[in-house]
Amino acid sequence: MRHIISLLMENEAGALSRVAGLFSARGYNIESLTVAPTEDATLSRMTIVTRGSNDVIEQITKQLNKLIDVVKVQDLSDGSHIERELMLVKVRASGEMREEMKRMADIFRGRIIDVSDKTYTIELTGPGSKLDAFLSAVDATAIVETVRTGASGIGRGDRIMKL
Amino acid sequence: MADMELTGAEIVVRCLRDEGIKHVFGYPGGAVLNIYDEIYKQTAFEHILVRHEQAAVHAADAYARSTGQVGVAIVTSGPGATNAVTGIATAYMDSIPMVVISGQVPTAAIGQDAFQEVDTVGITRPCVKHNFLVKDVRDLATTIKKAFYIAATGRPGPVVVDVPKDITQHACAYLYPASVSMRSYNPTSKGHAGQIKKAVQMLLEAKRPMIYTGGGVVLGNAAPRVTEMVRLLGSPVTSTLMGLGGYPAPDPLFLGMLGMHGTIEANMAMQHCDVLLAVGARFDDRVIGNPKHFAKEARRIIHIDVDPSSISKRVRVDVPIVGEVDQVIEEMLKQIQAGSGQIDQSALKAWWTQIELWRAQDCMKYDHGSAKIKPQYVIEKLYEVTGGQAYVTSDVGQHQMWAAQYYPFDQPRRWINSGGLGTMGFGLPAAMGVQMAHPGAQVACVTGEGSIQMNIQELSTCKEWKLPIKVILLNNGFLGMVRQWQQFFYEERYAESYMTSLPDFVKLAEAYGHVGILVEKPEDVEPALRDAFGKYKDRLVFINFLTDPAENVFPMIPAGKGLSEMILV
Repeated sequence: MRHIISLLMENEAGALSRVAGLFSARGYNIESLTVAPTEDATLSRMTIVTRGSNDVIEQITKQLNKLIDVVKVQDLSDGSHIERELMLVKVRASGEMREEMKRMADIFRGRIIDVSDKTYTIELTGPGSKLDAFLSAVDATAIVETVRTGASGIGRGDRIMKL
Repeated sequence: MADMELTGAEIVVRCLRDEGIKHVFGYPGGAVLNIYDEIYKQTAFEHILVRHEQAAVHAADAYARSTGQVGVAIVTSGPGATNAVTGIATAYMDSIPMVVISGQVPTAAIGQDAFQEVDTVGITRPCVKHNFLVKDVRDLATTIKKAFYIAATGRPGPVVVDVPKDITQHACAYLYPASVSMRSYNPTSKGHAGQIKKAVQMLLEAKRPMIYTGGGVVLGNAAPRVTEMVRLLGSPVTSTLMGLGGYPAPDPLFLGMLGMHGTIEANMAMQHCDVLLAVGARFDDRVIGNPKHFAKEARRIIHIDVDPSSISKRVRVDVPIVGEVDQVIEEMLKQIQAGSGQIDQSALKAWWTQIELWRAQDCMKYDHGSAKIKPQYVIEKLYEVTGGQAYVTSDVGQHQMWAAQYYPFDQPRRWINSGGLGTMGFGLPAAMGVQMAHPGAQVACVTGEGSIQMNIQELSTCKEWKLPIKVILLNNGFLGMVRQWQQFFYEERYAESYMTSLPDFVKLAEAYGHVGILVEKPEDVEPALRDAFGKYKDRLVFINFLTDPAENVFPMIPAGKGLSEMILV
């Protein structure tokens, strides 16, 4: 099953490689991983999307907790949460495609953030499924380049992960 | 005093002094020259110069295993650090508290492919409990304190502190913190009260209880309390390879070691109990074999471990208890003594009747009338001659299993071997670490002709320090365990398992300034051992026992099979 795991860790050099190394050494999947400092500059927040049986996910959270630099681990999938991902997608936008791409961006509430005479670069945010939907709605040959950040997640309402 | 500035090198040495360290194992080199210059000037601890960095780490590791204190090794950058990696991984797999200080190229040279540069933090990351690269001399003392704290607490393990050369030259005020706390590291020590209560109930209600103790009992200094509890319950008990000595082996409640080369009675009792209490053990592949086969029999499992990730990793358990083994057992003992319930004595009696039937198969018997020296016989004689009181280190292979099977340890921290990583070459440097920690004690290194050659150069270190270690070489002319597997599972195709061109070990021992003895006949085994521990008490004695090359380790559970699928002869 797909799980989205959030963690707070010391913002130290090498912290990311400890997490990445753990996943590769123990053969766990990483679908996506995002990391950046938080409002407290000594802490980084990481979001990992992974897949595994309940036993594997239990081991993943235990092994993450065992890393000395990790302060807190939460499996966001255990409760209600919100996920968002950012995608930048460069599409062909010449001739009749130009108007079509503008319309598609509007339908998906994307923003065109860069324009050339042959391309648009569209910014889209949302759950991963929405970004997937956009990519399949657009003619595949029109897609020049995509960049996705991987999911970030946060608990809903009173579900807070903080020190 | 606070105004006095010390260099990084002085700080390293002061930290070790203030940590109460008495022995440091190491090898100098460019990146640690400043540290060694300070070692030269101090008298707080002794530095033991080894002949290869791997040996420094094994010696520090065994020092820790035999004393319970954190072992310390110092190595230089690059090849010094890479040579240390096998030792670090060995300690990591067996959860041994250790601090390794490695030199690093100067900060400005890091990443430049400088001479003797490797990414030590990167290379050791998967085989340390934690590691640090010190980037500012002002962090040095606190980092070393943290290293000792992390190494010794929770589930112990090795910690590497990588110190660039320029940091050892920079100066700052020195203050060694009395303690450190880390928001990201707070190991659980006290077990959950509700879970403990449940566990006690379950044990008291058991009709066929079984207690399975691992290295955690030894590391957690829980042997006396575990022993008390086993006796109170009258339950059968077994130990893993790492747990030997955690319960006195000569005691009738002890069923011997379990696992791949465990006894019938231990393995069958594991498989057929109705309540299993696992204490500081981790159900690894050499212990329970195939987890699917293990799970076929219904039993309830209680698992006490300081490391939550050890619980429900290979086997699902019913009552997990995270905490320090000794504290948890203490609480359980209190509840049992307070009369929380009655043991079903008649069920227990029936269970013991069954166990005695298994035990009566006498799975450890071997041919006593053989004209060849049986390796088991050598170990039995070693036990007799040392009165069961020796520290026994071993290498890895058949000799290791025979030592584990035929030397019944009756106290913890006496049996020193590489259980998890299975590192050949561990035994001799380990014996050095033990002998440095216990100068007057009998120390035997049980080894094979394959393993001993992996760190044979340490005979020179032993000479320098006059370490009266007894090397018990069970020389069967084969990489015995490899040969055994090839015989059973590869239709006797003995690929590269025959050791030709062995040295004359007697001359070799003599060349290093030690006593060498060759033993070729069974009747000479005991006299040779008596000489080694008597006449040559103060010398290193290297006894080359030419043992039966055809002897195998039994019982044996083939890899991937279950606990009740043993090969007996």
